[in-house]
Order: sequence, then structure tokens, then C-alpha cells
Amino acid sequence: MTQAGVPQAPHATETSMTRERWLHLYRLMQRIRLFEEEVNELYLSARMPGLAHLYSGEEGVAVGVCGALRQDDYITSTHRGHGHCIAKGARVDLMYAELLGKEAGYCHGKGGSMHIADQETGNLGANAIVGGSAGIATGAAFSSQRLGLDRVAVCFFGDGALGQGLLYEVMNMASLWKLPVIYVCENNLYGEYTHYTETHAGSMSARAAAFDIPVEEVDGQDIRAVNAAAQRAVARARAGDGPTFLLCNTYRYYGHHVGDIQRAYYRSSEEEAHWRRDRDPLKIMAGWLVSEGVATTAELEKIDNEVAEEVRQGVAFALEAPYPDPSEVTEDVYV
Amino acid sequence: MSTSSLAPTTATGSGATREITLSQAIREALAEELRRDPTVFVIGEDVAEAGTPFKVLSGLVEEFGKSRIIDSPISEAGITGLGVGAAMTGMRPVVDIMFGDFLGIIMDQVANQAAKVHYMSGGKLKAPMVIRTTLGATRRSAAQHSQSLHAWVSHIPGLKVALPSTPYDAKGLLKSAIRDDNPVVIFEDKMMYTLKGPVPEGDYTIPFGVADVKRVGEDITLVATSSMVQVALAAAEQLQSLGISAEIIDPRTTFPLDKDALITSAIKTSRAIVLDEGYERYGVTAEFAAVISEGAFYHLDAPVKRMGAMDVPVPFSPALEDLTVPTPEKVTELAKTLCGRV
Repeated sequence: MTQAGVPQAPHATETSMTRERWLHLYRLMQRIRLFEEEVNELYLSARMPGLAHLYSGEEGVAVGVCGALRQDDYITSTHRGHGHCIAKGARVDLMYAELLGKEAGYCHGKGGSMHIADQETGNLGANAIVGGSAGIATGAAFSSQRLGLDRVAVCFFGDGALGQGLLYEVMNMASLWKLPVIYVCENNLYGEYTHYTETHAGSMSARAAAFDIPVEEVDGQDIRAVNAAAQRAVARARAGDGPTFLLCNTYRYYGHHVGDIQRAYYRSSEEEAHWRRDRDPLKIMAGWLVSEGVATTAELEKIDNEVAEEVRQGVAFALEAPYPDPSEVTEDVYV
Repeated sequence: MSTSSLAPTTATGSGATREITLSQAIREALAEELRRDPTVFVIGEDVAEAGTPFKVLSGLVEEFGKSRIIDSPISEAGITGLGVGAAMTGMRPVVDIMFGDFLGIIMDQVANQAAKVHYMSGGKLKAPMVIRTTLGATRRSAAQHSQSLHAWVSHIPGLKVALPSTPYDAKGLLKSAIRDDNPVVIFEDKMMYTLKGPVPEGDYTIPFGVADVKRVGEDITLVATSSMVQVALAAAEQLQSLGISAEIIDPRTTFPLDKDALITSAIKTSRAIVLDEGYERYGVTAEFAAVISEGAFYHLDAPVKRMGAMDVPVPFSPALEDLTVPTPEKVTELAKTLCGRV
């Protein structure tokens, strides 16, 4: 069950990152990508119960933001949460076990894809209620401030969550009380099967600006842009200057969930091909690493192969892992 | 079952027992817990200088300051969600939801977030928080400020629900709620804030899931919660004059529920009426009646009868509103019928 060859994330407060750190972030992005491709395979081959909402295409956001965090910082995640979970440091074998409902999973199989939580890495949980974790993230920032813990809380949510009132209630309080929280809006253009322009009046960033929350809008496919903005937001939060709203423009490669295969009625295959070909966050990052001389193509391929092997072993582990004992069904309803 | 808390002869508090109001008992419990545990804080609308519209919290902000007695925006869902997150990360929030009717606004945070996080995370996370709110009609507050909706939260696995009916119970149950590692919703009857009763100074707690015999009797069991305990006590007096001895059982928490106390009393008396101010249909009374019917079936001389709030939105007009809740007279009439005295 070990994850060989995974370096500990170096401290993230430095603004000029080391080569080792860039390669670590590349590895995390590749881990998300390959993890999810295997999730899709598991679903399509009917080996995975339920369904999953894939994050593929958005890796630059999760890794860029979490790359600016410490392990003891908090995140809250969404139904499309595998990327956040991996970016914050979770292991793929235990994640696969959770997705397959196995005892070894992060939540002993009781949470599944939409509820993975990992206290060890500060992940307060994915949430199947759109916008449902906005209060939790803001409350985590509140306790960090009141307990003097110097921790930052990141609330990941999609463009769809901008339709939920709770988000505005807590953004108001976060601004009033200068809470160390970062609201990361991942605009992947679609809320389920509907383009955001059909559901959102006005400007997304103006929503946060109305609360006097600083807004940064970044290209979510460019991890360097995301990470730089996240570092500024983290610095602001730790300095006691309050929340930041990061609007990350990105794209969801797969459908709303793994079963959403016929998508022509809401978006074109040309659009999908364009993003995969021209706007892929892994290609963009790899291109930059090679052109800047940070890494060679051979070094990146080595990482790709290592991650592929890690994923292969993780799936094998999870498929063979036992289900929870029936007695587990009544465990942990109450503390 | 404990001994009667109306006149606690074995007070476990560290000080003398005085007569104080239910409102004062709540405030005393909060103050003691705020002093004891620095992670406890109160958040809600007008909880600080205003001390809530009911003045239950008056004086707390002067002792504990605005960082622990926190006036919030009018954002019930937001403060409840913030409370869940704070609870998950090391604090013990007491979220003040002014009227129980506002449960409708906070329900996702209560039922989908707070109640489930421990289970969904395989036991890794927990949300030790308290939601203090109110119930009860006859205050001329009309349909959106008068309901008793504790059945809603009693239905949800992961939540605990407390319903104090005396100042003594209010202090002890609230302290238990704050120390509990699970989310607890505690309902206070708005009409009982001025009710006086004996309360020990200093620390004591009342365990959840332990019913209290509010009156010992032989002929009929009246199971009553919160506001209905006073109704049952008044009915018992009327019944006494008719030669009918009523026993009153107050479960004090709807979850965990002291089923044994309900069943034991019903077996003893062979008759039971269950009283609760929630709407009668699909309500707490249905659960209590089912528990008694299943557990005491062969000992019952009459069907278990339910008395809850009338199944109508609470009307404003006093002439109508007073018809919607059980009264001592109605309880007495029904009890006489069950005892074959009509």
C-alpha cells in the first residue's frame, strides 16, 4: 500500500519554486489525470458501483491552488472532487478503495466518490450538495482565526454553486470578519448539462467584489497562473487581510458524470477537441517545463510511467480489498 | 428513569438551589460552559447587546465579549454552515436560531452536513455543535413563528434532540448538549421562558436518553414533552379530583429516546396518552405511541391515544390559535374516556 517515489511537498510559501517542486506539481496533475481515466474504465466495465464526476481537464486548478497550501490548511471539495483530494495529498489506492465501497477506503466505503474526506491532509470532505460546503470552509477559517492556528481554508466549488444563496451568506461574513478563506470558483462552463450563460446573470467576479472581497480571474489551464494567484491569496489570508475569490476558467473533458456520454445536445465535439488539443493543462505545463529547461521530456515520461504504475497498483489493491463487515452499517452514526 | 426534576432533592450542582426562570437557567448554562471551555462560542442574530428578542442571553456579551457572543447577519443557513465548519475544526459553536420555524432555512446544513459528516467520513470527522431554537404556539405570532418542528430533526440519523420542560432540565440538558460530540438541536418553549423552578447553582448535567417522571401515578400514563408537560401537570390535578391518578413521563430527549421509561410506565398504568406540541400527523406522538403499543401491548386496557397540535398552519386570531394546541381540559376529557369514567 505504499506510494513509492512520492516526495513530500516542500513548503509552499516560497514564491520562486524549485525544480523539484515543479516536478512534484506535474506529478500530481498526472496522478489526477491517470486516476480518473481508470475511474472511467472501472465505471464503463461495470466494476464500480454508483457513478463519478470526473475532474479531468481541470487539474491545473486543484494542483495550482493546493500547491500554495500547507498540509494543515483546510480544503472543502465538491461532487467533482477527486482532483482536490489528490492535489491535497491523498493516496490513490485508498481513494480507489473508497470509490469501490471497500473497507480500506478513506471513509471505510461509507462516503464513496462524492464524500471522500481525509483529515490527515486537511480535506474536510467532498460534498454532494452544490455549494453545500461553503459554510464548512468558512467555519474552518473562522476557527483557524479564533484559535490562532494560522491555517487557511480553501472552498472549491463550480460555476453552478454561484446559484446557491449559502455562498453569498458566508462570503458576506468572511469579508466582515476578515476570515482566512479562499473561494475558488472553477468555471468549467457547464452546470450539469447547461452552459453557464443560460443560468448566470451579470458577472461572476462582481458577485464577490460586491462584498469587497478581492477577485483574481485566472486561466485555470495554466497552473503557473493559478498557483501565483493562490500564493497571493494565501499570503493575504495568513496576514489577516481576509478572503479572496479566485475565478478559474477551465473545462471539464468528460460529461457531468461518467454516464453522460451523449453530449452533443449541449456542447459540440469540436469544442471538446479544441480544449483537449490546445488548452490541456498537462500539455501546457509540460511544454513550459521543457522549453524553460526545467525538465527534459525523458524526465517527464519517467514521472508519467511511475504514476501509471502507481495507479495500476492502486486499482489492483482496491479491486481485491474486502468490503466492510455488515456490522459496520450501524457504526459511526454517532460519535 | 430519574427522580422528579420538579423538586430535585438530590441536586448535583455545586451550589445552593434557587428558584430561577427557564430563561435564567439557559443563560446560566451558557455562561458556565463559556467559562469552562474556551472553544465554546455563541453566534446568532441579535445575541450580543440585544440578548435576543426574548432577552435570554442578556449580559453574556458583557462578560465574554463580542468575539464569543457574536452578532451575525440575518443568515440562518450561513451561520449554521459556519458552525458546522467551526465544529469540524475544533470549536463548539452554539448557533442561535431565533424561531424553530427557521429550521426550513437551515435544514441542508443540519440534515445533510452536520448530521452526516461523522458517518460519511467513516468516523474521522465530527461536528460537535448545538443549535438552540424555539417551539410553541399561543404567542399570537401566527403561522411562521409558532410551529413546533422537532419531529423534523428527530427523524434524521446523526442528530440528537432535546426538549427541556423545566428550568432544571433546561440547564442540565443544555450543558450536556454543549459537551456532546454530536450535533444537538435543543428546543425551548417561548412561552416557558418566564417559568420558575428550582435550579442548583454550579455544574450539573442531565444525560440524554433518560426520561424523567414528572409525577407518579397509577391509573394512566401521560407522556409529555416541553410545553405539554405543564399541560399534563394541570390535567393531572383535574384528574386527581376525579379520583384518577395520572403518571407523567417526560422523555426530555426525542433522540436518544428512553423507550424503557415509556413502556414501563404504560405497563404499570395500562393506559397512555402521548402529548406533544408538534403537528399530530407523522409527529413525535406517533413515534411514542408506536413504542408503547409495541412494548406494552399485552398490558394495555385501551388504545394509546395521541394529542398533538391541530394539523393546520397556526392561525393568528387568538380565538382560533387557542383551539390548535392540547389543553388540560382536553387531556382530562380524553383521560376520563380511556379510564371508562364517561
